[in-house]
Amino acid sequence: MSRTRTPVVADWFTGEGEDFRLLGTRCSACASVFFPREDTFCRNPGCAGGELLSAPLSRRGRVWSYTDSRYRPPAPYVSDPELPWQPYTLIAVELEAERLVVLGQAVPGVSVADLEVGMEVEVVPGVLDEDADTTWTTWHWRPTGVAA
Amino acid sequence: MTDDVAVLGAGMHPWGKWGRGFVEYGTVAARAALADAGVDWRDVDSVVGADTVRGGYPGYVAGATFAKALGWQGARVASVYAACASGAQAVNAARTQILAGLADVVLVVGADAAPKGFFRPAGGDRHDDPDWLRFRVLGATNPAYFGLYARRRMAVHGDTLEDFAQVKVKNAAAGALNPNARYRKTVTAEEVAASAVVADPLRLLDICATSDGAAALVLCGMDFARKHGVRNPVRIRAVSTVTPTYPNTVLDLPDIATDSAAVVEPEGVTFRASIARAAYEEAGIAPEDLSLAEVYDLSTALELQWYEDLGLCGEGEAAKLLREGATAPGGRIPVNASGGLASFGEAVPAQAIAQVCELTWQLRGTAGARQVADARVGITANQGLFGHGSSVIAVR
Repeated sequence: MSRTRTPVVADWFTGEGEDFRLLGTRCSACASVFFPREDTFCRNPGCAGGELLSAPLSRRGRVWSYTDSRYRPPAPYVSDPELPWQPYTLIAVELEAERLVVLGQAVPGVSVADLEVGMEVEVVPGVLDEDADTTWTTWHWRPTGVAA
Repeated sequence: MTDDVAVLGAGMHPWGKWGRGFVEYGTVAARAALADAGVDWRDVDSVVGADTVRGGYPGYVAGATFAKALGWQGARVASVYAACASGAQAVNAARTQILAGLADVVLVVGADAAPKGFFRPAGGDRHDDPDWLRFRVLGATNPAYFGLYARRRMAVHGDTLEDFAQVKVKNAAAGALNPNARYRKTVTAEEVAASAVVADPLRLLDICATSDGAAALVLCGMDFARKHGVRNPVRIRAVSTVTPTYPNTVLDLPDIATDSAAVVEPEGVTFRASIARAAYEEAGIAPEDLSLAEVYDLSTALELQWYEDLGLCGEGEAAKLLREGATAPGGRIPVNASGGLASFGEAVPAQAIAQVCELTWQLRGTAGARQVADARVGITANQGLFGHGSSVIAVR
């Protein structure tokens, strides 16, 4: 049985391969950018409020900081308690154009030993977890020096 | 400034893993604070409870829950939830009632029976809750954020793992002297280094545990204190409860991303620094005036961050301040003389109240073996989730 590929959160990212992008929103009045997307009201206190339009974010950014998770996180994080815990790496990435920092998991196989603050990374499509019917997709950060 | 509020009584239930309910802990702390104040519970005008969200439904209505346990006597009541800032906001609600003339004597109580291991979001599939989403999408626990902050400090300021360990060594030594602390053993830097990594670069002994515990205060107006025969009480001079200023550009619990600074230039001060700044401005006090500080050492590295945010030193100079011994007992500005959360663990609604209890005892000169000599002015600092600021300044 093939699983349906479904984003773990709707409308936070879009596209495939080289066209994959995180998807925020931009206020049509003040041009402020929001991620995760803000769809109700512009949060700039100096803005009277405009239409919030979908806005793809920059593909590449610089590592602001990073860490990992040596212990299994609690639910609602999904992991198989029957399997030994495999730590994953978290990277906070500063996007230059948007001037914001976005947290995300690193691509599998990238450990804290592979990272440095200031290093360039790019956003790529990834898989968060799978259940019987669904492959839950997400975004991952990958150092631009890594081919795989 | 004439708008001081007196701290008439302070009390705690010892912190630990006791396996009992939060109401019991809170009631013990409340009775201790009332006894310390010499005030009969039936003479309390108002009770303010700091809420726990893990105690079941009664936890959301903590004020009345504690009032019932102490015996219904018709007091005014309020309940406050602001995550880790709950206690400070409860203190502020009490202070506001006193200054407004709505109450002469107010009891403030916070208590929790915390679960083991990582804090986690409330149950259910809540796709519109950033706290739920950070666990579901990223598995980003609280220690993961502490790890991010620690690594950032290492990269930007040159802090080392040894610096972080020395914070634990310092706080554990202080906690060993505190009968209310959960952990009362000294710790060595070698023991920190030998403990398991939780969230790189932080280890188990860099990160505070979850605990049961409770703390309570009896607050009153200055007139009431004088009539009560207390001529020179510890006074609360400021309570900071500020929110961040847009754009908030430091990644903070439980957010997945910061605000964008592309359109609105950030002001010069980060959220954490603005919390302290508001307290200093309200109190008319400068960092140089402080005798001691109680800060949220959720991790060792985060304590260093607070040194800078409180203005105890310049940006990037926290590790230097620590290495000089300035923040140790006997130093220029002892930080976490109580032992801090490193020694207490987290009991969320009680923490900010417990910090004020410590200031009270220190400013009275009754802190025993951990007494800071000639303590005159103290500050507390912490923050709650979702932009709840929290800082209290007390003087004598």
